[in-house]
Amino acid sequence: MNLKNVKTQEKIASALLFGCTVLVVLPVVIILAIILYKGIAAINWEFLTAMPKKGMTQGGIFPAILGTLYLVAGAVLFALPLGVLTAIYLVEYAKNNYLSRIIKLAIVNLAGVPSVVYGLFGLGIFVIFFQFGVSILAGALTLGIMILPVIITASREALESVPQSFRIVSLSLGASKWQTIRHSVLPHALPGILTGTILGIGRAAGETAPILFTVAAFYLPHLPTSIFDQVMALPYHLYVISTQVPGIPESTRYGTALVLLSLVLMLNLFAIIVRSKFRKKKKW
Amino acid sequence: METKSQTIKFNIQQLNTWYGNVQSIKDLTIQVYANEIFTIIGPANSGKSTFLNSLNRLNDLTPGFKLDGTILLDNVDIYKHHDVESLRKRVGIVFALPTPLPLSIFDNIAYGPRMHGITNKSTLMGIVEKSLIESYLWDEVKDRLHTSAFNLSGGQQQRLCISRILAVNPEVILFDEPTSGLDPISTAKVEEAMLIFKKKYTIILVTNNVAQASRVGDRTAFFLMGKLIEVGDTKKIFTAPHEKQTEDYITGKFG
Repeated sequence: MNLKNVKTQEKIASALLFGCTVLVVLPVVIILAIILYKGIAAINWEFLTAMPKKGMTQGGIFPAILGTLYLVAGAVLFALPLGVLTAIYLVEYAKNNYLSRIIKLAIVNLAGVPSVVYGLFGLGIFVIFFQFGVSILAGALTLGIMILPVIITASREALESVPQSFRIVSLSLGASKWQTIRHSVLPHALPGILTGTILGIGRAAGETAPILFTVAAFYLPHLPTSIFDQVMALPYHLYVISTQVPGIPESTRYGTALVLLSLVLMLNLFAIIVRSKFRKKKKW
Repeated sequence: METKSQTIKFNIQQLNTWYGNVQSIKDLTIQVYANEIFTIIGPANSGKSTFLNSLNRLNDLTPGFKLDGTILLDNVDIYKHHDVESLRKRVGIVFALPTPLPLSIFDNIAYGPRMHGITNKSTLMGIVEKSLIESYLWDEVKDRLHTSAFNLSGGQQQRLCISRILAVNPEVILFDEPTSGLDPISTAKVEEAMLIFKKKYTIILVTNNVAQASRVGDRTAFFLMGKLIEVGDTKKIFTAPHEKQTEDYITGKFG
């Protein structure tokens, strides 16, 4: 064949692939740039630490920041142990039969359920049935259930990637099954589990629909004092000041978006640092 | 060969095993005496490793594995009357490839004792030192006990795995082709260690290396296609075997 032809094809292919990548990255960069450009002016100490004033047109967004932190912490506190233990059961204990395959399929499908459905579910079960009311507890549990499939799936993959020889060696030295999991499997699966947690944190912090009916307050003049209180939360607050309240300065809206974005990035960064600490030990 | 009062350590009666529908060991009856080196030779797929893994019940982990017959350790049925953790503590195994855990040298050896409830630092240190001395690794690693076991050479890693077993104070050590990945010098060190170990432990060695079996074995069994063809004193097996198949195998005519 014609060598020149092949070379031209090569050039077209690499240009096309590069173009697609740029096309994907470009919107992200533009969104970040616009939010940063329009929002940075609103960011100051008062904005981050003060209560909203004068119908939210002035003052800060501190209650919404705090609320989102509470909700994310609550969701992770609930979903991480439950998800990891479920993954351990599925990988290490469950026999590969019809039932366990159904369970795995169900968990994967749960990840695809729209978030508003989780919101309705949370309203039905936590707010009304368990009578937690519209509260931090109900909202955190709802978000927790939403991120469970992400954490379970990541934890399963992490556990499955631990070499089988670690288990066999541990068992062959007379360790019990639980000792083997605790000392020879789980420590090596932690980085992968944390990756799942990072993804979960991002989702829990950013979703509006699950907290809409279960916890989020339109406006609260005080900070929550117990887990049965309502809180404001950043994504819902952003929705409120963007569509429900007239006369909010644009910079406040973009500033709020910037804070939400930074918060998620910082939480992720924290988890990434923890993960890299564990990864350094990983040698096989 | 001293024949004075040999106690039977493992007594295997009518052992049959299957993986799914494929029978891997057929009607095996055999005894292993205390403090001998019992070597098992035979071509691939002759059931040697299955046999070893039945003695400490590692086969239990393989889905679809079935076992019939009795295996007595000191006259106790290990499948019916022995709990599996303490069995594996009594019957250690060294695998073909070195299998260090991704821990320091110290933590690798202390792993077993820790699992059996020993937490005292100086007790653990004592066990680690003793086990390393017994496996002739102490001098090579004493200055870097807290570095990764992965930095050791293949031969050192294999001796580390042996120390790790010695640390739980076993009675029987199973060797599953322990030198198949090692150079001749490392192999010689492992063989040397076995000859000394038999004073304290019972050793069962599966090997593809016929010469190795003749060098270290007290008695030798020849397995073929899941069946025991012949068992006897190693010298006799290698000089005047009963069976034609044994002779063909050790002289390299097949296998």
